[in-house]
Amino acid sequence: MSGFQYEAPVSVDEAVGLLAGAKGLAKVLAGGTDLLVQLRTGAVQPDMVVDVKRIDELRQISGNAASGFVIGAAVSGSEIGEHAALVKAWPGVVEGMELIGSTQIQGRATPGGNLCNASPAGDCTPGLVAAGAICVVAGPKGRREIPVEQVPVGPGKTSLAKGEFVVALKLPPRAKNSGDAYLRMIPRTEMDIAIVGAGVDLTLDASGTCTHARVALGAVAPTVLLVDAAAKALIGSKIDDAALAKLAAAASAACKPISDKRGTIEYRTKVAGVLARRAAVIARDRARSNG
Amino acid sequence: MSKLHISATVNGEAVEYLCDPKQTLLDVLRDELNLTGSKEGCSSGDCGACSVTLDGRLVCSCLVLGVEMQGRSVETIENMASGEELHPLQQKFLEAAALQCGFCTPGFLVAAKALLEKNPNPTETEARYWLAGNLCRCTGYDKIIRAVLETAADMRGSK
Repeated sequence: MSGFQYEAPVSVDEAVGLLAGAKGLAKVLAGGTDLLVQLRTGAVQPDMVVDVKRIDELRQISGNAASGFVIGAAVSGSEIGEHAALVKAWPGVVEGMELIGSTQIQGRATPGGNLCNASPAGDCTPGLVAAGAICVVAGPKGRREIPVEQVPVGPGKTSLAKGEFVVALKLPPRAKNSGDAYLRMIPRTEMDIAIVGAGVDLTLDASGTCTHARVALGAVAPTVLLVDAAAKALIGSKIDDAALAKLAAAASAACKPISDKRGTIEYRTKVAGVLARRAAVIARDRARSNG
Repeated sequence: MSKLHISATVNGEAVEYLCDPKQTLLDVLRDELNLTGSKEGCSSGDCGACSVTLDGRLVCSCLVLGVEMQGRSVETIENMASGEELHPLQQKFLEAAALQCGFCTPGFLVAAKALLEKNPNPTETEARYWLAGNLCRCTGYDKIIRAVLETAADMRGSK
């Protein structure tokens, strides 16, 4: 690990000033479960590290299901999993976050970090994309809000400009009869990187017909994918076998994966359809019991 | 880079140290404070040998910077026994031979203590998932899990 300047600002403005004014490479430190490993291996050699965990706004979960939750970017996975109202309203978002690493990693890892580390296989991001979450970005020109799926632009790369960082993730107001789910496939039971991740969020009307759906896939392209064709397969249906088959085909068709030691292109493509279908069934059943 | 002056609480005691920003909390514990119970296994958050609690939360001290500790509180394996009296988990690990080489043991004990404080009556599945971030290359885990579950039962019975 090479030397760097460490800063721990207590306000968003102070953090923006540090990041914007930094000479050389400045990195944002949230939970550090990715960054410290990258520092150690020398993969990243910043001149400045800005620890954002002293900024209150980044460490809180506010709002509620009806108004929309706002999750601070540096809230830990453990804290998200302990937030009963959030778990009830958005179980899929929470289960994506909770799949990241061990108990020890959960004590530190954050949704903002998972998003900005921009691994195609990040487990928290597909659930947020399916949920229609909005990313609040602060920077030298003030704040802007963009859909979560517009943050990663490639493996390890984000659309954030110099001086910008993620403050919070905003979930939309939760409609009645809604449910979400996230599933992932890994080669072992726990503690591994996704071969495929699938997040589904949907809303049913009083007759059980799907009126809203979003489907997101992870680990099957350079970034998380929002698959409109898969969502369209569900909307207007009762999420029956025919609709689920269309959803699975659309999910597989959207994949642009690589082959690596965890899975081949063919396997990832097939599994993406299977997982999207299973996640849709879980989301549907949650929506039915969530009136 | 110049060192930063950090004031933190370590095992209930106020501690001050000088810290290079690139030093991890594990480096500080072992090299600056001579608390060598926390072990360095992987240095990437995979093995859990460096487990400590930070403001009550179980973490890998290899994934925390020493400079992040300003005003924070950490508890290590050194704080587990009360003087000469072992914590029930420590006593049970000895009785049940829940260790061989012992390198992973401090991490397992710290993590298991955190589990029992949160959930005094874990199922075997819950215990195995909670401890999935602690790797042991000797025992095959069964004796460790048994020791944790038996300690949980003993501690519930003694209350």
